[in-house]
Amino acid sequence: MASIDYPLERPDIEDTGWHFAENLYRWIATVDHKKLGLMYIVSALIFLCVAGVMAVVIRLQLAFPNGHVVDPDTYDRLFTMHGTTMVFLVGMPIVAGLSNYLVPLMIGARDMAFPRLNSFGFWIFLFGGLLLYYSYIGGSGLSGAGSAPDVGWFAYAPLTTKSFSRGHSVDYWALGVLVSGFGSIASAINVIATTISLRCPGMTLSKMPMFVWVMLVDAWLILIALPPLSAGQIMLLLDRYLGANFFNTQHGGSAVLWQHIFWIFGHPEVYILIFPAFAILSELVPIFSRKPLFGRPAMVGAVVAIGFISLGVWAHHMFAVGMTSWSNTFFAASSMLVGIPTGIKIFNWTATMYGGRIRLLTPMLFCCAFLLQFLVAGLTGIMLAVAPFDWQLHDSYFVVAHFHFTLAGGLVTALFGGFYYWYPKVAGRMYNETLAKWHFWLFIIGFNLTFIPLHFAGTLGMPRRIYTYAPGRGWEIWNQLASLGALMQAAAVTLFAWNVIYSAIKGEPAGDDPWDAWTLEWGTTSPPPEYNFEKLPVVRSSRPLWDLKHPNDPDWKYE
Amino acid sequence: MAEENVLTAGALTLEQDWKMPDRGTVGIIFLIITETALFSIFVAAYLIYIGKSLVGPYPKDVLELPILATICLLSSSGTIVFAEHALEKGHLGQFKLWWIVTICLGLEFLTATGLEWRKLIVHDHLTISTNLFGTTFYSLVGLHASHVTVGMVFLLLVLAVTLFRFPIETQKRRVKFLSWYWHFVDAVWVVVFTVVYIIGR
Amino acid sequence: MYAFLAWLQTHAEGLPEHRIANIFEPRSTPGDMERHIANLTLGITGIIFVVVGGLIVYTIWRFRRKPGDDSRQEPPQVYGSNQIEIAWTVIPILIVFILIGVSARVIAAIQNASPPHSTLKIRLIGHQWWWEVEYPDFKVKTANEIHVPVNADGHTATYLQLESLDVIHSFWVPQIAGKTDLIPNRVNYMWIDPKEAGIFFGNCAEYCGTQHANMLLRLVVQPQNEFNAWVAQQAQPAEANPVDPGVAQGKNMFESLACVNCHRVQGTTATGVFGPDLTHLMSRQTIGAGVLPMNHQNLRDWVNDPQNAKPGCFMPSMKLTDAELDQVVSYLESLR
Repeated sequence: MASIDYPLERPDIEDTGWHFAENLYRWIATVDHKKLGLMYIVSALIFLCVAGVMAVVIRLQLAFPNGHVVDPDTYDRLFTMHGTTMVFLVGMPIVAGLSNYLVPLMIGARDMAFPRLNSFGFWIFLFGGLLLYYSYIGGSGLSGAGSAPDVGWFAYAPLTTKSFSRGHSVDYWALGVLVSGFGSIASAINVIATTISLRCPGMTLSKMPMFVWVMLVDAWLILIALPPLSAGQIMLLLDRYLGANFFNTQHGGSAVLWQHIFWIFGHPEVYILIFPAFAILSELVPIFSRKPLFGRPAMVGAVVAIGFISLGVWAHHMFAVGMTSWSNTFFAASSMLVGIPTGIKIFNWTATMYGGRIRLLTPMLFCCAFLLQFLVAGLTGIMLAVAPFDWQLHDSYFVVAHFHFTLAGGLVTALFGGFYYWYPKVAGRMYNETLAKWHFWLFIIGFNLTFIPLHFAGTLGMPRRIYTYAPGRGWEIWNQLASLGALMQAAAVTLFAWNVIYSAIKGEPAGDDPWDAWTLEWGTTSPPPEYNFEKLPVVRSSRPLWDLKHPNDPDWKYE
Repeated sequence: MAEENVLTAGALTLEQDWKMPDRGTVGIIFLIITETALFSIFVAAYLIYIGKSLVGPYPKDVLELPILATICLLSSSGTIVFAEHALEKGHLGQFKLWWIVTICLGLEFLTATGLEWRKLIVHDHLTISTNLFGTTFYSLVGLHASHVTVGMVFLLLVLAVTLFRFPIETQKRRVKFLSWYWHFVDAVWVVVFTVVYIIGR
Repeated sequence: MYAFLAWLQTHAEGLPEHRIANIFEPRSTPGDMERHIANLTLGITGIIFVVVGGLIVYTIWRFRRKPGDDSRQEPPQVYGSNQIEIAWTVIPILIVFILIGVSARVIAAIQNASPPHSTLKIRLIGHQWWWEVEYPDFKVKTANEIHVPVNADGHTATYLQLESLDVIHSFWVPQIAGKTDLIPNRVNYMWIDPKEAGIFFGNCAEYCGTQHANMLLRLVVQPQNEFNAWVAQQAQPAEANPVDPGVAQGKNMFESLACVNCHRVQGTTATGVFGPDLTHLMSRQTIGAGVLPMNHQNLRDWVNDPQNAKPGCFMPSMKLTDAELDQVVSYLESLR
């Protein structure tokens, strides 16, 4: 890489005065990819806390048989809002936020391809989210008390049709998610155009950081998978407002059609959500092992393969709807096949660590936990792909345990690692390592305490989405352990929040490159200036800063 | 950070030869891909519900082939290309002419759709809630017509600014993207026409 | 662990109750086939877990930087290895193909099985939030408890025709078979052949609204002769003119109330179809699809206000006086 110059002035951190209105305006009107990225991530974290509190209430309700913490309707709203929030208002903005903040920095660009579209995407996402939450006030219209949707995040027809869901709570679900989906699509188009068109000189696709590769395929999946959901929601709204019959089973409509449409979106969606974790691991594991990513071409191939195979596995969510044995076999097979590229990724990360000198700082600890937890998630996923086994496990707590292992044990765990890793770049200050280690151990123990037992509850016949259960069916102990673990996780996340806020004010100055890292974002200041790089960098390998630091042994000689 | 340059002279040539695809081109291509995904679901729903209506009217009784509208819409894809070429060569007068022709053809298509819907609703009593045919027909054709309408708004916008002597020749890129979108809408109509008026009838 | 849980099981009089619905203790052929493939899958994934997990832990432990080691020496930079990568691509592919093959066989064996010569047909209809059970061959209707004969001779199976009149439900008795959904405007089929007499617990396994949690199910597996006796008894209509004056008074009260709009009592003027058939109410073990055990006090409380035990259910409180309540309950208690 040629030259990475330090800007002489740093206007963004020079102004320490507290001009509230001015600052507010600057954030609201911004089209800067870093500010928008941060706003995405902060709103995602706020929604994470809200949905996390819901999860704790759910666990309190289920801690003991015949629980009376909340009534059935409230419980149904809680799990609906928990799931919808976590997927659409936490996972999706995290994807958008990470790619917004990091992709331009990593490819040596000054901003995203379409900065104003970017701003539009963020605000429409946020308003979609707020619209969903407004249902708590406006759900039943002015005449009745407000209510949030209570149909599950999957919103299966015909429970969502006018006959079974009166009031407007389902409309809020459909509209809020539809609108925030437009934001995700806008941001995905932006990420694709940015990575294709704005890479700095020398950065061919084969030299693009792995993180950017994964986010590129992620954006592709969003573009292909989200429109089916939008289509389904438009159909649902047509049903509810104009009396159309898409899902009206009394007029010949099909309840199964909704399931197909929903899972054509829904299964790629779980890959959309887990991809940021893959992206984070692919950056962090090499840096903390001090070795380049093992088998980079295979890693790219694997992620592209997932980007296509995952589009053809959706009906493994529907083994119980009575499909033909041929369909069941087909979807069982394709679901197992998607495990192969995923396995390759786990092997390659492990091989990256092998022979390295692993610094077990908090970001890396989270990566290690991710590897083990995601391994479990992958293997339970194989069990669920075996259709006859799934007939038993489907819609039981085993499934709840499985996908929380992928999303909490996988995505959230990796995210925490990523947050700590990029925190010094974003804040310009170092987080508190002791607090972070406490956070790590509390979270990992709490997480496993919550979700390992739920596998067993599932194999003992405990179905999902029940607000209560009778004693004597062998479920008590597992639920109590899970509820205990949930409290530990809540404590852990509180520590994290405290660490983030406290360190932003009182943390040690981090310097520009605290990790001795290799990608371009560490070649500018912390935090980066508005224009990112004074002179656009020129790169010759996928580890430009390595080349810079090891002029006698640069990467581009081997790539 | 190191002051010395690892890549010296070589780097500069690299920088000069560095050509990336145009971001607008990439953006519009992927917008079209995502729109295709949206339409596929409505098309799939239409195909699945063919012949599943519990009560009439049925497609074979009430649907007429919109031949003229189809010809208009498809030929508008040609006229917009002529307009584009004229703009490329700097013939503003020709550009305006072909652009207006394109708009007229589009308007004819929308009018034909409107009249068809009027006939179906008023004469045949087919609404979106009547049966599955009505549901899928109005939503698929309506989704397409709404895209034509959006395209029409942009076409009119370009016409308006041109008539107000805005230097449209500085916006060749955007005119090109608009014409791509218009081709996409046309291509979708080919699918919709095949599904609704040929297979579905 | 499961043995311990099994020990916790409470046993009622008569048939043994299997409250703990462990999918690894199946009592029926489909459940058994599912357990076999589950064990195979668990074995394979277990080995993968040990090998790969062990490798990850070993790598982290072996190559971790010891405290105090902060030299800036970089390890050898290895970019990849085609042989190793091909190996760990091919091995999973082989494993996956084995699993696909086995799955395909079991799927076909369960879904495409041809019926044995002696089959009982049951129509199971899902309602929010109870199960309607119909025996078309015997003109019997009941609710929430499915009686089937035990498969003692190896040739007795029960075919279930699954339907729904409102939203999607799912039939799941874990010890008998995996789930199949009950979907409105669609008919699904499944078969079971319980090999052991007993009462097996199940739940609705698809979220179906407020009281999804209390849409419980009991599968009562009886020896053939007991089943025959049960079905013959269920086919009897209720007494049209009860002899007992208290019961007769209760019957009049019952028939004068809105109860008859939803409930049917065969042989009387009560012909509703929206709620469970009450003709042989007292032969069932529970009230409200499993929320309460059947006894006098529970029945009285239930009729007084169902919303208390099952908030959100569609049966309203009839706001009866104590005397009216006693009459109705005494009538219901005569429906044996």
